[in-house]
Amino acid sequence: MLLIRCPYCEEERPELEFRNAGEAHIARPTNIAAESDDDFEKFFFIRANPKGVIYERWRHIHGCARFFNAVRDTVTDKFVMTYKAGEPKPAKLPGAAK
Amino acid sequence: MNAMFRISGAGRLSQAKTASFSFDDKSYVGIEGDTLASGLLANGVHLVGRSFKYHRPRGVVSAGAEEPNALVQIVRDDARKTPNVRATVQELYDGLTAHSQNRWPSLSFDVGAVNDIASPLFSAGFYYKTFMWPKSAWKSLYEPKIRAAAGLGVSPDKPDPDHYAARYAHCEVLVLGGGAAGIAAALAAAETGVRVILADEQAEFGGSLRFESGARIDGQDGYAWAQAAIAKLKAMDNVRVLSRTTAFGYYAQNFVGLVERVSDHLKSPGRDLARERLWQIRAGRVVIATGAIERHMVFANNDRPGVMLASAARTYLNHYGVAVGKNVGVYTANDSAYTAAIDLKKAGVNIAAIVDLRDNPSGPVIDEARALGIEINFGRAVVSAGGKLRVSSMTVQPKNGGGGRTIPVDAILMSAGWTPSVHLFSQSRGKVAFNAETKRFVPGTYAQDCVSVGACNGTDGLDATVDEAYAAGAKAAKEAGGKAGKGAKPKVDAGESWSRGMLGAAPGAGPGTTVKAFVDFQNDVTAKDIRQAVHEGMHSIEHVKRFTTNGMATDQGKTSNMHGLAIAAEELGKPIPQVGLTTFRAPYTPVTFGSIVGHARGALFDPTRRTATHGWAARQGAVFEDVGHWKRAWYFPKSGEDMHAAVNRECVTVRKVGGLFDASTLGKIEVVGPDAAKFMELLYTNPWEKLETGRCRYGIMLREDGFIYDDGVVGRLAPDRFHVTTTTGGAPRVMNHMEDYLQTEFPHLNVWLTSITEQWAVIAVQGPKSREIIAPLVEGIDMSDEAMPHMSVREGKICGVPTRLFRMSFTGERGFEVNVPADYGEAVWEVLWAEGQKHGATAYGTETMHVLRAEKGYIIVGQDTDGTVTPNDAGLDWAVGKKKTDFVGIRGLTRPDLVAKGRKQLVGLKTKDPKVVLEEGAQIVADPKQPIPMKMIGHVTSSYWSENCGRSIALALVAGGRDRIGQTLYVPMPNGTIEVEVTGMVFVDEKGERLNG
Repeated sequence: MLLIRCPYCEEERPELEFRNAGEAHIARPTNIAAESDDDFEKFFFIRANPKGVIYERWRHIHGCARFFNAVRDTVTDKFVMTYKAGEPKPAKLPGAAK
Repeated sequence: MNAMFRISGAGRLSQAKTASFSFDDKSYVGIEGDTLASGLLANGVHLVGRSFKYHRPRGVVSAGAEEPNALVQIVRDDARKTPNVRATVQELYDGLTAHSQNRWPSLSFDVGAVNDIASPLFSAGFYYKTFMWPKSAWKSLYEPKIRAAAGLGVSPDKPDPDHYAARYAHCEVLVLGGGAAGIAAALAAAETGVRVILADEQAEFGGSLRFESGARIDGQDGYAWAQAAIAKLKAMDNVRVLSRTTAFGYYAQNFVGLVERVSDHLKSPGRDLARERLWQIRAGRVVIATGAIERHMVFANNDRPGVMLASAARTYLNHYGVAVGKNVGVYTANDSAYTAAIDLKKAGVNIAAIVDLRDNPSGPVIDEARALGIEINFGRAVVSAGGKLRVSSMTVQPKNGGGGRTIPVDAILMSAGWTPSVHLFSQSRGKVAFNAETKRFVPGTYAQDCVSVGACNGTDGLDATVDEAYAAGAKAAKEAGGKAGKGAKPKVDAGESWSRGMLGAAPGAGPGTTVKAFVDFQNDVTAKDIRQAVHEGMHSIEHVKRFTTNGMATDQGKTSNMHGLAIAAEELGKPIPQVGLTTFRAPYTPVTFGSIVGHARGALFDPTRRTATHGWAARQGAVFEDVGHWKRAWYFPKSGEDMHAAVNRECVTVRKVGGLFDASTLGKIEVVGPDAAKFMELLYTNPWEKLETGRCRYGIMLREDGFIYDDGVVGRLAPDRFHVTTTTGGAPRVMNHMEDYLQTEFPHLNVWLTSITEQWAVIAVQGPKSREIIAPLVEGIDMSDEAMPHMSVREGKICGVPTRLFRMSFTGERGFEVNVPADYGEAVWEVLWAEGQKHGATAYGTETMHVLRAEKGYIIVGQDTDGTVTPNDAGLDWAVGKKKTDFVGIRGLTRPDLVAKGRKQLVGLKTKDPKVVLEEGAQIVADPKQPIPMKMIGHVTSSYWSENCGRSIALALVAGGRDRIGQTLYVPMPNGTIEVEVTGMVFVDEKGERLNG
């Protein structure tokens, strides 16, 4: 079982308390009704599904109930970092290539 | 009375404490502290089982968890019949009953052994090649027959009466393995004051010190040192010592699963003790000290009972005081078997000869063996073992061929060298590295905060092991926050050291030979099978493994993997690392389902949710159905009624008079805040800003793709407060969906969401008399049609308690839903029930609720919709706000496919024969005469007998359904095709007049 750091509770909690919520940093268009079919497809259906570092959303559903963002390596399953919802995608990851 | 092969003065067990036991209905006497294996060997019993495929007689090979052969069934009582128990692990208790497996009619005469004679038919890949055709015979013929013939033990046929405990634990340093290395590491870590857990699979700590008679640490015998060290550790507050506890799985972030066998070794465990306890331990650092496992020699008939690992024979002698034979041969490719021969010789057992594959080895153990007068043959091989039910001889030849001689023996001890136990390291996702010089895989690159020490790290020698382990324990503790330790490193005065050995088939079993030289005892895989797999094109070890099943038995190839790999590599002409090692996976040894499940079974398997009126309904004789975690009253049969009669009566009574229904399970969410209406506008398709306080609206929630996600009636209690209801099953995900948007897409909205599902009990009172039933009990609410029209909500009191009284209907009748605080639910229900009875109202359950709503064409999300249905498809376009510029799903609704013609639409169906009730899920076709496979144009979503209509009714999703109203379609069923007419969705009171009736 993974340990995940909730950026709101500021501590590591067991995976059981969390639920994954898909890829992060996909903002709902402000004028969604005017989106083209192609743009809507990209927004709603297309996901990167990378091998390696993924930016994804998690919810501390059985804890503080907040949604937050995480950087995880899909190969090692290791969490690189977590940060609050609304914060920008981190420019540099801790422990990234020196 | 001493058993024949128990040697007085040898071993550590007190011979005074006897334990009688039975094996295949024959009684024997063992000693407390014995394993079943040592108890049997003490009585001269080597034959303990038949092999999986060839039914060959098999004996005890090892003295530990790696045992591939000695699998037995332990029977405690009618329900407790545990199959495939390793006799080398099962501790003896007085009265233990064991049976051999996989033999018929008896262990010494087994009909299935014909497979051995017919073995050319059963070569590698036999199952894949032979049972291919005809396909249909696999299920009916091949599989059952193969299972019966090739099975291991017999599964118990009664529920497991034992209970299983579970614990979570945290520590700074977790030490896996309690031999010299593990104990040294634990001592070093414990002295720093950090929390330490030390676990070992055996009943006693000491690991190899159990048999290494030459080891001396801190001035005492190695095993005695281990016991003293364990006593010291147990006395420390910061240390937990777990014996009989196997670490079976190493998971992410130093999370380790262990099973403690709590009571399988006890005569009468009693009900207080769990059988096993699952430990889930999160450790700051893990020290892996899992030792090494001795390999057997791969030669012809190396599986005869009496042929066993040298270290096992030594363990039986030095720990259990048991000689494995009276005239013992030794076949080895490394030094360690010499020590077994020496110990046995000193105990008075004749060593017939030592056969050593090496040409000119030298060293102290060889000198000592020679000094004891043991015959030693260098550069020679045992090419075959004689005997059948017990080994009787070994045939010895020069290893490069030449004349042989046969030496009578009653046991052969073998040692091809030692394989480091890298299982847990590998499970931690560490990468092993092959050491070409010592020919073994050792830990290479680490993936987690762990360290391997001692034999599992390829470290040879007791001195080096203790040095390494003590330093690693101290370092792990320091890294995990410990202070400097005050203790002293244990001093190794004398120890044994050996390494090397050989991998693969021994002379006489090499390429070109067809002898039965077993690599994997448990799955009956021979050296020839591995070579054949390579010849047939399996070039990856993963393929070789699956084709031959080498290493795939319950022992997971602890003794066989390296041999199999070496033979494949030789055959492929590639170095071993290029052929690769198969992946180690959890569990290390078999784990019971019981220990994984723990208490989560029966009533505790899943939570059960009961409504406030559950007790009342149960007393009325209600039949319940499961809806998610909820128990809901399904119908209320009166005496003599079946479900059909009860539901018909309930349905008619509700429309004629009235009925009470517990609707508490519907999800309820309170949406509160200055921006509550704005939030509702975004989450539901309907307009909300203009909904007056005190009024209700039926809301539809979509996903962003435009498909219906949930629905429910929403009441506006105040300008800033909505009481939202959801489907029963949808409550948690609707809440999640709302929170998701509120937190991440619309965080600017000032809104609070609160689940109030369990705070309010909901009593639906429906039917023409509903107002008359409720009104006398209500205070402060004008219930007239003018003051409280259909789809309105009022707050006031009922029976003296607060209520949110909704006027709404899921039956099409005049109806109310009385919300009261859940604690008052049953009391208010009882009063309403008493009032209802004055009018002849009925209580009704979910089945009647379903029928009544279907009569009105009201949909159930998740039954009449399936995640691909739009509001338009469901005939609910009216609920989508046409002037709205945004809501979740607004863009999805305009996707090309969602506005295309010919989409499946919800319609009503009437069978031409009104008595025929369609099956829900049945497929619909336009032309029943078309060839199979027919083009399916839709399916039945809801179907019931409607007593109110005097006929069956159904709802269905049909392509272009609304344009087909009036048409005849067909429902092909196994017993014939059913003709149906497409209709509108409303079967009762199309104008909706009864809502005010």
